[in-house]
Amino acid sequence: MITYLEAIREAQHKALADDPRVYLYGQDIGNFGGAFKATKGLAKDFPGRVLDAPLSEDAIIGSAIGAAIDGMRPIVEMQFADFSTCGLNQIINHAATLYWRTNIPCPIVVRLPSGGTAGAGPFHSQSMEALYAHYPGLIVMTPATVEDAYSMLLEAVAIDDPVIFCEHKYLYYHLKAPALPTEALPTGKARVARQGRDMTIVAYSAMVHEALACADELASEGWQIEVIDLRSVKPLDTDTVLASVARTGRLLVVGEAFPWGGVTAEVIARVAQEGFSLLDAPPVRINAKDTPVPYHPNLWGTHRPTARTIAAEARKLLHL
Amino acid sequence: MSSPAAAPTSRTDHIQARYIEAYRWMLLARITEEKIATLYRGGKIVGGVFIGKGQEALSAATGMALRPGDVFAPLIRDQAGRFAFGESLLDVFRTYLGSRLGPMRGRDGNVHRGRPREGYLAMVSHLGAMVPAVAGVLLARRLRGESGTIGATCLGDGATSTGAFHEGLNLAAVEKLPLILVVANNQYAYSTPTSRQFVCADLVDRAAGYGVEGRSVDATDLAACLATLQEAADRARAGHGPQLIIASLLRLAGHGEHDDAGYVDPVLKKAARDCLTVAEQHIIGEQWATAADLKTWRMEVTRKIEDAIATTLREPPPDPGDEQWTAVSTPRLRDGFFEA
Repeated sequence: MITYLEAIREAQHKALADDPRVYLYGQDIGNFGGAFKATKGLAKDFPGRVLDAPLSEDAIIGSAIGAAIDGMRPIVEMQFADFSTCGLNQIINHAATLYWRTNIPCPIVVRLPSGGTAGAGPFHSQSMEALYAHYPGLIVMTPATVEDAYSMLLEAVAIDDPVIFCEHKYLYYHLKAPALPTEALPTGKARVARQGRDMTIVAYSAMVHEALACADELASEGWQIEVIDLRSVKPLDTDTVLASVARTGRLLVVGEAFPWGGVTAEVIARVAQEGFSLLDAPPVRINAKDTPVPYHPNLWGTHRPTARTIAAEARKLLHL
Repeated sequence: MSSPAAAPTSRTDHIQARYIEAYRWMLLARITEEKIATLYRGGKIVGGVFIGKGQEALSAATGMALRPGDVFAPLIRDQAGRFAFGESLLDVFRTYLGSRLGPMRGRDGNVHRGRPREGYLAMVSHLGAMVPAVAGVLLARRLRGESGTIGATCLGDGATSTGAFHEGLNLAAVEKLPLILVVANNQYAYSTPTSRQFVCADLVDRAAGYGVEGRSVDATDLAACLATLQEAADRARAGHGPQLIIASLLRLAGHGEHDDAGYVDPVLKKAARDCLTVAEQHIIGEQWATAADLKTWRMEVTRKIEDAIATTLREPPPDPGDEQWTAVSTPRLRDGFFEA
């Protein structure tokens, strides 16, 4: 069995082996192998191409942009997604604008260990996908499966545009698959993770698994829930969502990020504008609470959406 | 614009030839920017205008210390250096006047221009941000086993207070990259005097803190600028790591053309020297050229600039109907955002 984290390591191994333009840059990623061991052994396998960086997110991302301009394909690790705010300027004002301004693409990958785990607290738990998706010029990937973690990271390296790769820390060790995939859906295509006819739940990243668990629970009550895994939030596959809503007439969208604006609001806005007549009931969105991510497991478990809280909202929506 | 014809036959001749070449870049920059300021006042420029009056000697010397294949990220007062590094007059006017044929195609303007594939990076407005970017280009070359090229980027005294300056210079020092950081201490960051910007006795003292080589230079003295920048470039090329240059001058214009710079201390203003005037006096004093020669050069330069303006004014502006309106280079990854 291979874990989600091992898939990310394997993808980086393959990228380094296949393309001499690829190098890895980040804090503690060299001989130490990274805070989560996502680069374990890579410095040994690829001498001089897996570099420890100073504690300087702005310079880490800024230098990756310069290297990309000069023909390289850097993969940058932010130790936690939360710390990417210290490199925000380089991401949104430099990497994201480069192609549009100069016609020169900026093929960098910024890996963001994202999302909450119990006991991680306000500064090691954030989900940043909505922030980055807001800016033109960035691709934002949110893989929910071992297979996607592997194939989407490889695709991220191959894409000429800057990619924000939101990998979920909660899935690192929990999620396992029998083998690495040999083929994959392209980025920009959502996946029907479970078929159903009574309601559509749209989710991404770790929330796909909460949605699937919710669907299991509701199945025992006789409901058939369709679960859509967005895979990437930018581009956002509105067509697959609309097709599902056309089948079910009910839409519930789940995200782990803070509630104001964001991916869940975007999905509902698009369905409301393009597929209003498909809806048999008002669409519902579920997010984390509008507070920083709490530290204690009791509070954290309530702050984020779970299968149980999603199921409670789903039951209300199914009875409308 | 070509360099003077006479081939150097000795060290003195070499110094003279370099000085004259630099002077001619300075002159080209000064008159170009005077024309741009005039066009701005006539309402012909889209957006703001920021000129480098008084900073031409430092900037020209920076551009001239670089060779083809090197990388350069100039800032807002580096027209002379941009020319010396190879920028064409048409690129300048096409950007300022908003021609669709310019390198930025109307998508960005004035000083935010470049040709990154040619090692000429296009600055973003966020000060200090280009320091790590140039370091990254140099890191890429090291990773590929390429040596011999260097990079330079320019900043003002204000930018030394940014986190990006610190992070970028420190990263370059850790990797011992051949990066020249040229700080023009022109006494004011917009209207903020240096006394509100830093309290160290001299910015060059910071070099020791980063473990890099530092040099001070009087930016109104062209010969000193040429010697200092060349020395820094030679040291960087020889593998001695980042070079911090602190150059002193007074900005002889507003922050931008919208700014009358009424905040500048009259004492500083009275003591200020114009590097272009100083260079002209030096050239005549050394009998490298006559006053009549200088007048001829000025006329030649002015004619070239006027030709470039005339060409550009006949060119079409960007057409929103032709614009792709996508910021990603991969068509299949364009977000299907509905456009009502």
